[in-house]
Amino acid sequence: MGFLGKAIAKLAEGLSKTKQKLLGGLKTLLVGRKLDQELMDELEAKLIEADFGVATARQTVADLQAAYKEKRIEKSEDVLPFLKDELKKYWPEADRTVHFAPSGPTVVLVAGINGCGKTTSVAKLAWFFRQQGKKVVLGACDTFRAAAVEQLAVWSGRVGADIIKGSGSDPGSVAFDACDAAVARKADVLLVDTAGRLHTQDNLMRELTKIRNVTAKKIPGAPHEVLLVLDATTGQNAINQAKAFTAATNVTGIMLAKLDGMAKGGIVVAIRNEVNLPVKFIGIGEKYQDIEPFDPEQFVEALFA
Amino acid sequence: MFETLTEKLNDVFRKLSGRGRISEENVRESMRDVQTALLEADVNYKVVQKFCDDVVAKAAGTEVIKSLHPGQLMVKIVHDELASLMGPVDTRIYFVSPPPTIIMMAGLQGSGKTTTCGKLAMYIQKQGRRPLLVACDLQRPAAVDQLAIVAGQAGCPCFRVEGQTNPVRVARMGVQHAVENACDVVIVDTAGRLHIDEEMMRQAQDIAEAVKPHQIYLVCDAMTGQDAVNSAREFNERLELDGVILTKFDSDARGGAALSVKAVTGKPIKFIGVGEKLDRLEEFHADRMAGRILGMGDVVSLVEKAQQQFDAEEAAKLQEKMAKGKFTLDDFLAQMRQMQKMGPLKEILKMIPGLGSQLDTVPISGDEIMRMEAIIQSMTAKERQNPDIIEASRRRRIARGCGAAVEDVSGLIKSFNQVAGMMKQMAGMGMRDRMNFAKQVGQMGAMGMMPRKVKNRSHRLSRKERLERKHKRRK
Repeated sequence: MGFLGKAIAKLAEGLSKTKQKLLGGLKTLLVGRKLDQELMDELEAKLIEADFGVATARQTVADLQAAYKEKRIEKSEDVLPFLKDELKKYWPEADRTVHFAPSGPTVVLVAGINGCGKTTSVAKLAWFFRQQGKKVVLGACDTFRAAAVEQLAVWSGRVGADIIKGSGSDPGSVAFDACDAAVARKADVLLVDTAGRLHTQDNLMRELTKIRNVTAKKIPGAPHEVLLVLDATTGQNAINQAKAFTAATNVTGIMLAKLDGMAKGGIVVAIRNEVNLPVKFIGIGEKYQDIEPFDPEQFVEALFA
Repeated sequence: MFETLTEKLNDVFRKLSGRGRISEENVRESMRDVQTALLEADVNYKVVQKFCDDVVAKAAGTEVIKSLHPGQLMVKIVHDELASLMGPVDTRIYFVSPPPTIIMMAGLQGSGKTTTCGKLAMYIQKQGRRPLLVACDLQRPAAVDQLAIVAGQAGCPCFRVEGQTNPVRVARMGVQHAVENACDVVIVDTAGRLHIDEEMMRQAQDIAEAVKPHQIYLVCDAMTGQDAVNSAREFNERLELDGVILTKFDSDARGGAALSVKAVTGKPIKFIGVGEKLDRLEEFHADRMAGRILGMGDVVSLVEKAQQQFDAEEAAKLQEKMAKGKFTLDDFLAQMRQMQKMGPLKEILKMIPGLGSQLDTVPISGDEIMRMEAIIQSMTAKERQNPDIIEASRRRRIARGCGAAVEDVSGLIKSFNQVAGMMKQMAGMGMRDRMNFAKQVGQMGAMGMMPRKVKNRSHRLSRKERLERKHKRRK
C-alpha cells in the first residue's frame, strides 16, 4: 500500500497545479450559482484552458446542459460530481491493460514526435516490466538523433535491461537484430525505441511502418503493443499526431509523458473522443521510477479533487 | 502549419464578402468563428479574447460597416492585428565588444534546445563568427554527447567537462575557454526544466548570474497547448528573456503558441526551427506569418529561399537557354530538382499568393517529382533534347519503361511545353514584369502549369488488361 500511496501522492502533486488552476476557477465558479448560459460559457472556457479542445469542451458542456434539462442535476454543486462520472466512463479497464504475447517475447513499439520523451519513457517502461520480474531487451532503433543510442545505453545500465545496438543507420535492421536477440535470450519483453518523427513527414512515417513490419515478420503477432508517447503539454495538434501515428502503425495506447508539470493532459479526453485511443501509462518525473499505469479514477479525481 | 486556420478564416470571410454590407452584428458573429479557429490553433484563451475584442473595436472604429468592401477591410484588420500581436521582430543578434557574446538557451524538456544550439551556431558561423557550444545539460543521459555531435556537424568547437556535475561551473569554465581560444560567441546549452521545478529554475538563474549572458532565448515547442503562456511567463520572470525560438514549425501544428507567447511575455519570437537538419533555422517575420495565416501568401520568403538554394551559375546558364528558347527536358528536370532542394513542394506552393487554400483539393506529394524524374529518365537523350519528336509509339515505350500510364507521359510533355512557353516569355522581361507575370500566373491558378497527379501503378499492364481498358474506353 505504501507504494501505491506514494504513487497517488505523486500524481496528485503533479496534477496539483492543474487542480488549482481548474478548480481555483471551478469551485469559486460553481458555488451558489444558477445554472445559466453565462455559467456554461465560463465552464467551457475553463475546460478549453485545460486543453480539452473547443469541440470536446463544447460537447462536455452540452452533455451537462442535457443532464440539467433531464433533471439529473439540479444545482451548481452537482456539476463537479457529474463531470467526474462522465469523464471516468471514458476509460474502461479492458483497454488500459497491456497485452502480452501468449508465448515468446512481447514486442512493444514506442513511437512519437521529436522531444516528446520517448527514450525516457522506454527506460521507464523497462523498469516497470523489470519490477514484474520480466526479462527486458531494448532495441535502440533511434539511429538518427545524435547520441540517442548512448542515452538509451545509459538507461539500460540503470534499469538492468539488455540493449541491442545496430552498426548501420537503418532502424529496420536494428529492429531485426533486436527481435533475434530477444528470442535467443528468451526475453519476456522487447521494447523498441524509435527516432522522433513529425507525423507530417511521410517518408519517416513509412519508415516506422517498416519497423513495425520487420517485427511482425520476425515474431508472430508483434508488435503486441504500439505506444504513442505524447507530451502532456501538447495542444490540439496531439489529435493529428494520434491520427497519423495510428494510420502508420496501429497505435494501441498512449503513454502520457511529462504529466508532472502544469500539464493538464486534458487533450487525452479529446483524443479518446476523436481517435478512440486509451491511455495506458503516465510519466510523472525525470527518474525511471516515475511511471504509473494510467488510472482514470485518479486522473479525474486529481483533476477535480 | 497554420493552413487549417487559414481555411477557417477564409470561410469566415468568404461569408462576409458574399454580403454586400455587414452590420456590427455580422462582425461580431464572424469574430466568433475567428475565435473558435484561434482556440483550435491552441492560442491561449485569454489572448484570443483580447484579440477578438481588439479587432471588433478596430472594425467599429474604421467603419467597416459602411465601407464598400467590408470583407477585404476585415481581412486587413485581422491581418494587421495578428501581425502587431506577433511583431515587431528584430532578428538581429547583437554582438558585443569585447567578445565573447554569450547566449544562453533555456526551455522545457524536449522543446529542442540542443538541436537549436547547433542551428544557431551554424547561423552565427555564416555571419563570419566563431561560436563555441558549452554543454551544461548534465541532467539527461548523453545530452553532452549529443551536443558534441551536433557541434561537429555544425563545424564548431564544443566545450565539455568530463565528470563535472555542476552546470554553473561548466558555464563559467566555458566562457573562460572561449576567451582563451578566441571564440567570439558562446552558446550555453542548458538542461530542460519544468517551469514549476523550483530547484531547477533556481539553477538556471544561477547559471545566468554566473556568466551574465547578453542574450537569453527561450526554446519553445510550436505544438504547445494552453500551457505555453504559463511556462513562457515563468521563464521570462526568472530569466528576463531576450527572445523566443519556436521549434518544430515544420509540422502541421497551427502554432497558436506563437501568438500566445508573444502576447504574454512581450518578448519577440526571433527564429523558427523548420526541420531536423542544422540549416533549418529561419528568421521569424510577423507580417509574413500573419499573411500566411490569412492565405495571402509569402512571396518574400519564397524569393529568399530561392536565392539561398539556387546555384547562381546554373541559374545564369538557364537564363541563357531560356532567352534562346532552348529549354530542354533535361533543364526541366534540373530545375525540378533545385526546387526540391528548397523544401517540400507543398511548402513552397503555399507561399504563392492565392494558392494556399486551393492546395487541399490538389493532391501534391514529393513523389510527383520522383515520378516525373522516372518518366524523363526513361527517355533517350535525343528525346530529352527535342521533346517534339515524341510521338505515340515513343510515348508507349517511355510509359512501359517507367511503369507509368501513357497519359502521364503525355501530361508531362504538355506541362513541359507550357513551362517552356512561359520561360520564353519571361526571358524577355525585366524583373518587375516578371514579378507581375508570376502574380498573374498565380491568380489564374498556377495549378494549370503544375503536372497533373501521375497515376500510381505498381505493375505493367498485361496484354489482357490493356485490351480491357481499350474496350472500356470504346464503350
